[in-house]
Amino acid sequence: MLKGPRADLGWVVEVHEWALAEAVVLSLSQYLREVGWGRASRVVVSLGELQAVDREVFEFALRELASLYGVEVGRFELIEEEASFECRSCGFRWRLRDVDLSDEVRESIHFLPEAAYAYVRCPRCGSADFALVSGRGVRLEGVEP
Amino acid sequence: MSSPRDPRLVAVGERLREVRAVVPFLSSKGGVGKTLVSVAAALALSRRGLRVGLLDLDVTNPTVHVVLGVRPGGVAPKEEYGVVPPEVSGVRVMSVVFYTMGRPAPLRGESVSSAIRELLSITRWGPLDVLVVDTPPGMSDELLELLTYIRRFSSFLVATPSRLSLESTARLAELVTGRVTGVVLNMAWEVPEEAVRLANRLSVPLYVLPYDSSVEVSLGSPERLVATGFARAVDAYVAEHILRLLSTAPA
Repeated sequence: MLKGPRADLGWVVEVHEWALAEAVVLSLSQYLREVGWGRASRVVVSLGELQAVDREVFEFALRELASLYGVEVGRFELIEEEASFECRSCGFRWRLRDVDLSDEVRESIHFLPEAAYAYVRCPRCGSADFALVSGRGVRLEGVEP
Repeated sequence: MSSPRDPRLVAVGERLREVRAVVPFLSSKGGVGKTLVSVAAALALSRRGLRVGLLDLDVTNPTVHVVLGVRPGGVAPKEEYGVVPPEVSGVRVMSVVFYTMGRPAPLRGESVSSAIRELLSITRWGPLDVLVVDTPPGMSDELLELLTYIRRFSSFLVATPSRLSLESTARLAELVTGRVTGVVLNMAWEVPEEAVRLANRLSVPLYVLPYDSSVEVSLGSPERLVATGFARAVDAYVAEHILRLLSTAPA
């Protein structure tokens, strides 16, 4: 995932996390304009376990992009959400940590969390028809003026 | 604490900022040849020197890569401030298959929408003259995502001479009214009056592509595909039409 050296050490970040953070900042900027707030004192973003976002890189990208787009934010608060699934066929519930996935598969899911439907099956009945109950990916939870 | 919308929806507009025209190929019935027309149009435009992207919007059953001869895992998008689509035969191609590797991915509606939003919000197309979009058949999530979040597009409706195809295409036309630029009658063994009436009602041209049995053996080879009579007709009618569209679009 991390292509180049770490940005917080003065290097360059070229990773996918940049695009995810940019989506959050652009959305936040639009939202602040809509509600007429000049700034946000606190912005809460949840990181779903399934997408396996690099928290440190993501946080750095948020700060850099907020500055780049002129969005004033007191602090970004990142919360992590455990990924869990529920089988629509037999009702069994399980967590991501219960599933054995290769690094290659995890990499695919990192870019596109819905790719999980190609690799994960219900551990009890083997059904491919399941719901991703929690912990999908990046979500902007809320903003405080 | 208040909650803004899904951040990805705002990012989609940003990712398509440098795309001059989005051209989806739509039909409400399967098997009419949307994928082949889409790919042939993208290849033709690329060979005319345009910067072309090709998006396979079919997230559960993508097939653009099959026509282009791309083996899942053989090429991959490059991670660079998001993902940059790989170039295949001069066309920048994006598909879910790069992440599902051709395995069955049975997604329900909400997950289909989410996958499309994710793909559109992370894909960095860069400057493009045309983004050709191959869509799955029907009027469900994929089409609704397109209608809602890519507001500015000019689509082609693809049908066959079958009454079943034409009647459902007429229904689809009502949904995308004002955003249809042409009707393609593919594998045309005849030109039914309904097809002519549909194009007239929409005030758009009707392009008739005859059935070409050589297309099937060209699958997997862009070079062989562009040499077929079918692809030459797509170039002469559809690509030419898109070029005219671009001549009036902002640079």
